Amino acid sequence: MTLTVAQMTLAIMPELLMIVLAGVLIVISIINRDKCKQVLGCITAGGMILAIVSAFLFAMPKAEPILMWGGMLRLDSVTFVFRLIFLFGAAVTAIFSCTEETIRCRPEFYMMLVFSTLGMSLMAASCDLIMLFLAIETASIPLYVMAGIKVKEEKSVEAGLKYFLFGGMSSAIMVYGFSLIYGFSGTTQLFDIAQGVIAQQVPLAGVVVAVVLVLAGFAFKISAAPFHFWAPDVYEGAPTSVTGFLSTASKAAGFAALIRVLMILFDANSAEVWQALIAALAVASMFTGNLVAIPQKNIKRLLAYSSIAQAGYILVGLTSHSTLGVSGAIYYLMAYLVTNLALFAIVGWIGRKTGSDSLAAYAGLSKRSPGLALAMLIGLLSLGGIPPFGGFFAKLLVFGAAVESGWAWLAIVGVINSVIGLYYYLRVLKIMYVDEPAENTPLKVKEPLWLIGLILCLVLVTVMGVVLAPWFGISNWAAIGF
Amino acid sequence: MTFPFLSVLILLPLFAGVVLLLLPAGKRGLIRSIALGVSLVTFVISVYLFAAYDKVAAGYQFVEQMQWLPALGISYHLGVDGFSLPLELLAGIVVLCGVMVSWKVEDRAREFFAFIMFLASSVFGVFASLDLFVLFFFFELAVFPKYLMIVMWGSPKTKEYGGMKLTLYLFLGSVVALVGVLAIYFSSGLHTFDLLALEQAGFGLAVQKLWFPFIFIGFGVLGGLFPFHSWAPDGHVAAPTAVSMLLAGVEMKVGAFAALRAGLMLLPDGMQFWAPAVLILATINVVYGAFIAMIQTDFKYVIGFSSVSHMGLVFIGFATLTPEGLTGAGLQMFSHGIMTALFFSVVGMVYDRAHTRNLAELGGLAKHMPLAMIGFVVGGLVSMGMPGFSGFVAEIPIYLGAWKTMPLVAIISAISIVVTAAYILLVVRRVFFGETPEPIRAGMSDISIMDKIVVVGLSLLMILIGLIPSLLVPMIQGGVSHILSLVGGA
Repeated sequence: MTLTVAQMTLAIMPELLMIVLAGVLIVISIINRDKCKQVLGCITAGGMILAIVSAFLFAMPKAEPILMWGGMLRLDSVTFVFRLIFLFGAAVTAIFSCTEETIRCRPEFYMMLVFSTLGMSLMAASCDLIMLFLAIETASIPLYVMAGIKVKEEKSVEAGLKYFLFGGMSSAIMVYGFSLIYGFSGTTQLFDIAQGVIAQQVPLAGVVVAVVLVLAGFAFKISAAPFHFWAPDVYEGAPTSVTGFLSTASKAAGFAALIRVLMILFDANSAEVWQALIAALAVASMFTGNLVAIPQKNIKRLLAYSSIAQAGYILVGLTSHSTLGVSGAIYYLMAYLVTNLALFAIVGWIGRKTGSDSLAAYAGLSKRSPGLALAMLIGLLSLGGIPPFGGFFAKLLVFGAAVESGWAWLAIVGVINSVIGLYYYLRVLKIMYVDEPAENTPLKVKEPLWLIGLILCLVLVTVMGVVLAPWFGISNWAAIGF
Repeated sequence: MTFPFLSVLILLPLFAGVVLLLLPAGKRGLIRSIALGVSLVTFVISVYLFAAYDKVAAGYQFVEQMQWLPALGISYHLGVDGFSLPLELLAGIVVLCGVMVSWKVEDRAREFFAFIMFLASSVFGVFASLDLFVLFFFFELAVFPKYLMIVMWGSPKTKEYGGMKLTLYLFLGSVVALVGVLAIYFSSGLHTFDLLALEQAGFGLAVQKLWFPFIFIGFGVLGGLFPFHSWAPDGHVAAPTAVSMLLAGVEMKVGAFAALRAGLMLLPDGMQFWAPAVLILATINVVYGAFIAMIQTDFKYVIGFSSVSHMGLVFIGFATLTPEGLTGAGLQMFSHGIMTALFFSVVGMVYDRAHTRNLAELGGLAKHMPLAMIGFVVGGLVSMGMPGFSGFVAEIPIYLGAWKTMPLVAIISAISIVVTAAYILLVVRRVFFGETPEPIRAGMSDISIMDKIVVVGLSLLMILIGLIPSLLVPMIQGGVSHILSLVGGA
């Protein structure tokens, strides 16, 4: 079944809307630059919500997945679900950003956010190496700018530059891998490559080498060890709302593309090789992330290492190479999205109020602001995998998938890591609830919009841990779509 | 459609906890009244269930079932049998007592009572679950209230160490059990977490032998099984009074109960294979725990180690796989839960007045708080297994069962009776008799009304069970015969 040009255009309606949104942002900023307050953020969030609506109206996947635009993109449940994840993440990020004074009046920031989201959305949809590479770059380059957008702060600039250099390097490696694949197979279309591998026209050894290179590139995007070195510095230096976006939507985009590439090439009779590689990445990420997080004294660095460990858990789901594993990974990404957005929102807010991101700034938070302490508690427990929060069920799914497909040892490594992880999450709780605050002034939240975003995220974190069926339905639907 | 008693029992404290957290912190009177009201309601419900259970029909009753995640065979399935219902009653009693002895908590009372409510919801949930996922869900729900309550209100010197140690030990145990649970879920091929279906799954011998230790020992960590018991004394001592009562009184039973439900009942052949190992570990629990309790200088550590010792008897009862042993284990869980809650409440009362738990610095408290002394002595008599008290009716069947399966275990663990008598009498003499040392005399006063109700109520209950064991025994026997039918049928 093929689609007409009109149908294909409708299918990328959300992406087109994002381009329009970026244009609107520029125009508005020309007219009214100084009195923007929270307008830009609201417009961006509103545009994202419009894009979500249009995705439901025009870009619903058909019963069968369809390749479109000459095999560049695929209209399927994966594209659909991940697009929603990115759009939601971007909308919430826009809301959180408009309380940050240094960036809320900078239209270029929101424009970058929109373009990056556009790139991510295409990343999840692409089925062609060239399209994939373009999408990855479209998603990444704005992120480099966003990380370094506070040009007057050395740390932010350093973060942007570091992210850019590491990112450029890993893109180069990935593109080298792509070129090898093209060289061996003579095509850039993923499904054609897979057919070539199955028909043994493409030498397996060549593909293995290429995939190792490509994997290195993806491991950078999802901040899996040993390609994680950028993460702590960039997370620490970037504006906190950008960090939240980086650690959630950007990671999800990396996973979407990674799963796409792996699932298509996985079926080409060399599963053991990839599985072993992914398992190695998972083990390395979990141990590196969790062990190095323990001595951290800065909350953003701590969450950066925690995010490396979380990538490891998600990789456990991928290792199992089963529908349950992939849907577990997607469930994990959804739960992680709302959890980390909420956590970084609080971290950013505390950072602005106290001027510090050190753990010491959180001492006695439960006395200064019981509500925020409770919000942190929910987020951290979700990361630690404690019910009734989303992270609990997500962990259960990925470990379950590992056990199901005979990787019980990996599940055991995973649960041991959960215990290590819980240790430092509890330590933060202890600092908030037990330690005496340096000053006793109560902290009051006076930004209603910000509060709404935060509460929305926290409610979703809890709902994902309690009302399991719809969320599992969504992730399973996406997992089947690959 | 019958009234969903079990759901109310579980969810009411959960909602109450959330509501408490949303109240303004200043309204301490309202907050503690809500907590007391809710715990009274759960207590009444647990008593009602206990009374209304049909002992003749036996089996699972008050069953509720609702789809939760059909795609993976998870359902919200609740029900109690003769084995779990006494434990629900125990939880109902101890939660109520815990709230009552905490009546005077002032530091962040809102959070304190909210966390107690969460803990209550967790224990009620585990005892009532007929679905492995539900069981695990409620089991893990207790992680953060336990940790936060210990580090926020625990004893200043050891709270951070004790709280972290306890939490990580128990979390490790439970996640190891989780891997085992997942493994048997997938190997059953039934795609269901339902315990009743999995009971009949007939797992292969190799599967049972391989995964039994994961599940039984994983959950057994919370039951204080040797050599994974060391969280217990440290954790109990670090915790505030109400939490010690709940931890030793109910949470340790949660561990033993989960080991029974998911380990013994689902993998009976695995249990038979590993029974000698469990018996040996549990015997070490019993004897070693008692000897270590004997040499403690801290009042609370004595009780902490005595819990380890007494929980060993529960595991011995399990591993005998005899009607006597299992019935005794069920009775012992109930009796020890009440007894240790009483012990810890008295320890708390003493500490609140003397501000020390060092046995050398205590003395002569019988004059100042006679009722606490009487309660402690009753608990002590239960602990020693004195006839006429609940400890006797619990321990005798366990020894009988052990004698049937492995006489040596009965002989060695019987040593503990003597040692227990020795340390209990020693503690009673040091704390309650003799002269009151000068430094602590100033702070002495009698215990409050709430405390008196707790002490008297718990003491009478233990005497009641000791005199009329038939209140509990037929019910537990009904549960045990179902357990043994699984073992025999395999």
